[in-house]
Amino acid sequence: MADSKLISKIPDGPLEQKWTRRKSEIHLVSPNNKRKLEIIVVGTGLGGASAAASLGELGYNVKVFCISDSPRRAHSIAAQGGINAAKNYQNDNDSVYRLFYDTIKGGDYRAREANVYRLAEVSNAIIDQCVAQGIPFAREYGGYLANRSFGGVQVSRTFYARGQTGQQLLLGAYAALNRQVAAGTVKSYPRHEMLDLVVINGQAKGIITRNLVTGQLERFGAHAVIIATGGYGNAYFLSTNAMNSNGSAAMQCYRKGAFFANPCFAQIHPTCIPVHGEQQCKLTLMSESLRNDGRIWVPKKKEDVEKLRNHTIKPSQIPEEDRDYYLERRYPAFGNLVPRDVASRAAKERCDAGFGVNETGKAVFLDFSEAIKRLGHQRVAERYGNLFEMYEKITASDPWKEPMMIYPAIHYTMGGIWVDYDLQTTVPGLYAIGEANFSDHGGNRLGASALMQGLADGYFIVPVTIGDYLSKKFSEPKTDVGAAEFDEAEKAVQARIDRLFAIKGKTPVDVMHKKLGNIMWEYVGMARTAEGLKKAIEEIKALREEFYKDVCVPGTQFEFNQELEKALRLEDFFDIGELMAKDALNRNESCGGHFRLESQTEEGEAKRDDENYMYVSAWEYKGEGKEPELHKEPLKYEFIKVATRNYKD
Amino acid sequence: MEFNLKIWRQKNAKAKGHFETYHISGIESDASFLEMLDILNEQLIREGADPVAVEKGCQSSGPVAFDHDCREGICGACSLYIDGRAHGPDDHITTCQLFMRHFKDGATITVEPFRSRAFPVIKDLVVDRTAFDKILQAGGFISVRTGSAQDANNILISHDAAEKSMDAASCIGCGACVASCRNGSAMLFVAARVSSLALLPQGKVEAKRRAENMVAKMDELGFGNCTNTRACELECPKGVSVEHIARLNREFLKAHFSN
Repeated sequence: MADSKLISKIPDGPLEQKWTRRKSEIHLVSPNNKRKLEIIVVGTGLGGASAAASLGELGYNVKVFCISDSPRRAHSIAAQGGINAAKNYQNDNDSVYRLFYDTIKGGDYRAREANVYRLAEVSNAIIDQCVAQGIPFAREYGGYLANRSFGGVQVSRTFYARGQTGQQLLLGAYAALNRQVAAGTVKSYPRHEMLDLVVINGQAKGIITRNLVTGQLERFGAHAVIIATGGYGNAYFLSTNAMNSNGSAAMQCYRKGAFFANPCFAQIHPTCIPVHGEQQCKLTLMSESLRNDGRIWVPKKKEDVEKLRNHTIKPSQIPEEDRDYYLERRYPAFGNLVPRDVASRAAKERCDAGFGVNETGKAVFLDFSEAIKRLGHQRVAERYGNLFEMYEKITASDPWKEPMMIYPAIHYTMGGIWVDYDLQTTVPGLYAIGEANFSDHGGNRLGASALMQGLADGYFIVPVTIGDYLSKKFSEPKTDVGAAEFDEAEKAVQARIDRLFAIKGKTPVDVMHKKLGNIMWEYVGMARTAEGLKKAIEEIKALREEFYKDVCVPGTQFEFNQELEKALRLEDFFDIGELMAKDALNRNESCGGHFRLESQTEEGEAKRDDENYMYVSAWEYKGEGKEPELHKEPLKYEFIKVATRNYKD
Repeated sequence: MEFNLKIWRQKNAKAKGHFETYHISGIESDASFLEMLDILNEQLIREGADPVAVEKGCQSSGPVAFDHDCREGICGACSLYIDGRAHGPDDHITTCQLFMRHFKDGATITVEPFRSRAFPVIKDLVVDRTAFDKILQAGGFISVRTGSAQDANNILISHDAAEKSMDAASCIGCGACVASCRNGSAMLFVAARVSSLALLPQGKVEAKRRAENMVAKMDELGFGNCTNTRACELECPKGVSVEHIARLNREFLKAHFSN
């Protein structure tokens, strides 16, 4: 049964007409009224920067906030491989429908049909927009755009700029943003961190921020607020996320009434540089595009594994017949290009069976020797040169000579703030876009789709849908930041900060964060069980108590204080971690990145339970220390046939 | 491994800064430079929280503030001047890509912020680089409205032009070029953007305006002049070539003479 609090607002009619239909229903705001309306955008990654720029261009008054020293540093910048679009420039029979279908299937049938179709539909306009902005995508010799393949699909639809596609797309969105800052429609607030959402009469009306340079708390009012703050993967401490990426803005919205959807859906990326030691704080991703030409293997013989671990042989000395190309063996149809969740689990399976190739036993090979033979040095260098360099810098090993070593790591979170078709949350006037929302990737995101979603939401969706809400708001006066709700919110933030300084404990924030990360990786990582998840919930509770007794936050509020920033974010990571474990416990099935050991086939593949879990779980906050309430949005597949994911044939 | 670290400490923009020396040991050779600083900070936080040490007169200035984020060489946040070089003693890297195996065990390492009149210190090793944003706001864009673009393949761009444009576009905006330049010039940064767009047909329409406005803004913000020492190119983590400065000069002169 549909939940009365979750109204998805999916338009009626055939799939391919839904977005057109919705756009034609949306009320418009006239240019003279747009000038009276204020919008806050939090976050300046692909979603935030493109939304702020597009809204400014439309004539709204936009304020945009980011925690770094410049909007250009947002973590979208680190995306390597590419961005998908259904252009069918390769004539390989690609289409909007296929991109839609691959994304739904890749997400293991846990995403909304209508949202995903719209994403595929606007994908082509993104490429057009980006080329017009001067993004130097890779080109063929005839001057046309080049493409490559990514995991989980059988066509070449990924556009790329070397291994720096995210950087180039973000610089494009940031340039569009700069243009609006110069035009005076957008005001940019770098080094400002959102610390609370202000809700007045049930509607989002502003935010409280901390100026990270002076430490002052500041109030900002608006007619609507857009959250574009990315994912919460850093709950695991070790991840491919940037050090400052955090889920705090999402948690503040959750506490103010926005439901949090599918928190347990976290993506574990198969090709990351393995953990090297205790002192490590960050994992580095090696782009999925490497799987286009790289072959993944471990030795067939245990004695070879031993020799590799003692460094008595080099991987290149192991003869072809003694190598187990396990992805090609298990999934002949897709081979090394299976989706990320499948590739990650397969790597874990081999390593758990004792075939891990480094000292820790947690690494597999990604080998380019065959590709170098086939394509030649120069073409491999053109495609992956900077990634090879990056690998060598970090590991001091040369991938031109010996295969890379890789292992899965936390990379992306498909879960996020629940939104309807308009990308509005359960709090009117509050929107969530990009990785911060939950809407398009289901249980697993396909490669090169995060950039697509961030820009689809920011350039083409939210600037349109937000008009429907704002069309009823232009006669309302500017939000008064002296209102009692602002007083209350600021007081609460101040109390939170005071509480942290008052603890005067001995343990640095990062030490506590590492402990949380260990709990998360152990019990809420690649293989989850009911027992483990219950344990995780208990251990997180205990760790939170320890934190409030013993954390050390040095310095004062009114200065540049990175330890205070980290402590505030860690408080929210405790809550996120707990919510993830609760959601994972509730979802007693395996789907996408969520793998419950209790729910697998005899061959060890994930086993979905469509009868009982074909829904979006949306959690409602009920107060501190109280159990959140689970709401369910049933997923209806009207246009495609739900099937077991098959990458074997 | 162990090290003596001579680190610039400065409470805020107005305070006077000074060097403090710290000893650190037990560092894995595979640790990155920033991971080493994390460990130092952990040590400093524990010392500061230890009442016995404080009673003995241990005056902790607290953990060292430094900018960092992606830790994979692409966000451009990290900005340390290590042993007299922007991003430290290795070529074409950011500080986060510098590993302790590059140092001798027991070495004394000097760590300063990027220094330039246009980059005031915020705290310790953190500087304010908003001047870069302002330069780009002056013209570092192509004026295209969302949704008004034609089909992407209608604009043909030769493989070589795209590659060259990409070389320039790989600038991460870290400011190493400014910090390494004895004149504190931002020419390489400005050139990277101007050149990247000028190489593409889409960027040609506004090329003149862009070059003039960005150069004017750079001068206004207190960056110095370029005297072709090429230190910027040497220290650029992405190896952006001074060839792009030549192109910027050309674009600037073209604009100048056509007025």
